Amino acid sequence: MQELDTVGQGSVRVTRKSDKLVILEKDLATEQMVLAMGPQHPSTHGVLKLECLTDGEVITEAIPCLGYLHRCFEKCCENVDYPAIVPYTDRLDYLSGMNSEFAYAMAVEKLLDLEIPRRVEFIRVLVAELNRIASHLVAIGTYGIDLGAFTPFLFCFRDREIILGLLEWASGARMLYNYIWIGGLANDVPTDFSKRVREFVNYFRPKTVELQNLLTGNEIFLKRTYGIGIMPAEVAINYGWSGPMLRGSGVKWDLRRNDPYSIYPELDFNVAVPDGKNSVIGDCLSRHLVRALEMEESLKIIEQCLDKMPSSEGFNSRSAIPKRIRPKAGEVYSRAENPRGELGFYIESDGKSTKPVRCKARSSCFVNLSAMKDLSKGQLIPDLVAIIGSIDIVLGEVDR
Amino acid sequence: MEEGKAVSQSVQESAAAYRVIQEQFGAAVSAFDANETMPFFEVVATGRWVEIALFMRDHAKLKFNSMACLTGADYPAENKVGIICNFESLALLGHKVAVKLKCDRTGGSLPSLSCLWHTANWHEREVFDLFGITFTGHPDLRRILCPDDWEGHPLLKDYKVQQSYHGIKVPY
Repeated sequence: MQELDTVGQGSVRVTRKSDKLVILEKDLATEQMVLAMGPQHPSTHGVLKLECLTDGEVITEAIPCLGYLHRCFEKCCENVDYPAIVPYTDRLDYLSGMNSEFAYAMAVEKLLDLEIPRRVEFIRVLVAELNRIASHLVAIGTYGIDLGAFTPFLFCFRDREIILGLLEWASGARMLYNYIWIGGLANDVPTDFSKRVREFVNYFRPKTVELQNLLTGNEIFLKRTYGIGIMPAEVAINYGWSGPMLRGSGVKWDLRRNDPYSIYPELDFNVAVPDGKNSVIGDCLSRHLVRALEMEESLKIIEQCLDKMPSSEGFNSRSAIPKRIRPKAGEVYSRAENPRGELGFYIESDGKSTKPVRCKARSSCFVNLSAMKDLSKGQLIPDLVAIIGSIDIVLGEVDR
Repeated sequence: MEEGKAVSQSVQESAAAYRVIQEQFGAAVSAFDANETMPFFEVVATGRWVEIALFMRDHAKLKFNSMACLTGADYPAENKVGIICNFESLALLGHKVAVKLKCDRTGGSLPSLSCLWHTANWHEREVFDLFGITFTGHPDLRRILCPDDWEGHPLLKDYKVQQSYHGIKVPY
C-alpha cells in the first residue's frame, strides 16, 4: 500500500499480485468529453439539445440549447386581434391546450373588466381539469418509458384517449381546441357530457391506484428516481420554479389556492406535496408523486364541478363575449396554474387598437428548465435522463 | 381607477411595499401606479437597480424571494426600450409588485439581476435576444431562442426580417 501514497494527482491503474498492490499506470489523464444529447433524442421529449461535458460517466456540466421550435409567438400576437390569439395559445403547451386558453382568456378579461356567466366558469374549470389529467398521464407515461418501463405508458395513453374523446366531443378537436374564448366558450357542452364525464371519473379512480402501484411498486423505477436530482426549496423558489416542480421540493404553493381565480375558492381540494416518507423531498420521485396525487385531486374537482354546475336552461355560452374587443389602455400580468406550473400572460394594450401592443407568455417549462445546469452537475448520464423526464418539458412552450 | 370602486387588497399590499422602497431610495424610483391589473413603479436611476433589487429581496418587510417574470417592451415613441419585472413574496408575505426600467433604444444597457435570482439568467438572455438590450454583469449573455448568427432583434417594432439565412429564403 505504501506505493499508493507516492502516487500524485490523477487516476491509477492497479493490480494485485500475491497480496500486494502493484501500480501498472499512474497519473492517467481523465479527458473531458463533449456529449451532445439531442435535438433528436427520445428522452429529451422533443427538440431539446443538451451539451454535456462529461468526465467518464459523470457530467460536469450540461448546457441546454433551445430554440429549435421557436416561432416567435409573441410577434405573431402583435399582428392579430385578441380573439385570434386563442388558437396560438393552444400551441404553446400542446398537451394542455385548455389550460393555456383559460390563462389567456382570463388575462384579457381582467383588462376588459368582464363579468363571466357562472356556468361558463364551471365548464372552463371542468375541461381544464380534464386536460390536466390528460397532461399528467403523458408526463407519467413517458417518464416510465425514459426509465425503461413500457407498460405504464400504454395504460396512460389508453385512459388519456377517453379524455381526448370527451374534449373532442365538446370542442371538435383532440388537442388544439380553440374552445375557451374571451368572455365565454365556443359552445356549450353537449347534453350528456356530465353523464359521460361522471362515468369516466368512476372508471378512472381505481386506475390511478393501479398506475401508482405499477410505477412506485417497481424496484427499478424507485432506484432510478429516489434521491436523484434533489432541489432544495429555497433554490427552487430562486429559480422561479412553479407547479409540481415546486411542490415536489416541499413548498405548498398552488395558484389555484394561493392566488385563486375563477371558481376555485368554492372547491374543495388538497394541494399535493410529498410527505418525505417514500421519497427524499425535492428529488425526481417526489416530483413524480406530486403529479400522481394531483390527478386524484383533479378528479375531486371535476366531481364538484358536475355537482355544482348551473343548468344549461336559457344558457348562451357566447352571451358575454364582446362584439369588438378593444381593452382600455393598460397592462396586465395574469397567471394560472397549468399542469406544468405557472403560465403567466403579460399583455399591454394602448386603448386604441384591437391588437395587443405586447403579449408575453411566461412559460413554466422555460423557467423550470433553466435550473438544468445546477441539477445535472455531478450526476451520471443515465440520471440525467431521469432528471429531464421529471421536469416534464413541452418544447412548444419552452421555445414559443 | 374608476371612482367609487374600492382599491383591492392586493393593490394596497403592493402600495405598502412600494412605500418601504420609496423611503429608502427616494428619487431613484418613480411614483406608484396603483392600477388594478398590474400595479407598478419605475426605477428612474437604473444604475442603482441591483442595489434596489437586493433591498427588495432581503428587507424584512419586502422579502420578494421570487421573480415570477421578466420581459421586455419597445417604446418607439419615446425612443426607449425597457423591461418589466414581476416580483412576488412567494409563500412568505404574499404580496406582489411590478417594476419597470427603461434604457436607450440603440446600444442601451441595464444592470443584470442574475446575481440575485438564478431565474433572471434565462429571462435576460431572452430579452437580449428579442429586444437587443444588453445586461451588464450577466455571466453568459448569448441569444437563447434565435440562432446565434441571426440578424436583428425580432420584437422591436421596426424589425425587418432578413432576406436570407444561410442561403435559405426567409420571408414567405
